[in-house]
Amino acid sequence: MKKRWYDYLWIASLLYLLLGFFNILFAWLGLLCFFIPLIISVVSGAKGYCNRYCGRGQLFGLLGGRFGLSRKKDIPGWMKSRAFRYGFLAFFMAMFLLMLWNTYLVFAGAQDLRQAVTLLWTFRLPWHWAYHGALFHPGVAQFAFGFYGVMLTSTVLGLITMVLFKPRSWCVYCPMGTMTQLICRAKNRNRP
Amino acid sequence: MTSVKKKRRRAVVEQAACVACGCCVKVCPLRAIEIVRGVMAQADGEKCVGCGKCARECPASVIEIREVET
Repeated sequence: MKKRWYDYLWIASLLYLLLGFFNILFAWLGLLCFFIPLIISVVSGAKGYCNRYCGRGQLFGLLGGRFGLSRKKDIPGWMKSRAFRYGFLAFFMAMFLLMLWNTYLVFAGAQDLRQAVTLLWTFRLPWHWAYHGALFHPGVAQFAFGFYGVMLTSTVLGLITMVLFKPRSWCVYCPMGTMTQLICRAKNRNRP
Repeated sequence: MTSVKKKRRRAVVEQAACVACGCCVKVCPLRAIEIVRGVMAQADGEKCVGCGKCARECPASVIEIREVET
């Protein structure tokens, strides 16, 4: 099958993770991965982002498929149940709001900037080398550290399930995928 | 006169559990499967030959190849 430009978006996903290693402010670009799928699903009632443009899915597909880093086993039943998918979405959103709250506290001057990336909502990794100072308010950097943590955490989870199950297992419980599917379901509710 | 029934293999999607990721669409050599309204995948019974590529690819393993009578 002929490759299209959007089949190479895995490069952008990889580049995103690399850039955040050198300058944390690049983490802001990750908002594209939040807003584009939402806009596509709200405007067109389809999962065009998952289906075509998701670079992260492509990256997992490539590593697990062509590079053979996947056992290619079936994902356990509970992981594809609605209870788990919706529960994971709720948990992910709660953690996201907590991150926004921490950002607010830094903006408000109630908390100092923490130059660390939190992995899997638990492990605080030092990341100070990626912060170079004072062009913007420290809150801008705090959001970047927090958001990069969200992206790194989801990548690590995706890599783990890629190895254990099928390459794109992440797509089954990806919060953005679940959310856009819910939007599509709601939008198309009244259509035959 | 008796009609001759042929058995053919087809992809069948368990639609309630489909996450509509579109992995199946990407690998189908006949473009016989599509995502309907961002909610679920649906195989075209006319085009599908039951090769099984989509079933192998599906991260949720909700596609099955079944023999159906035509």
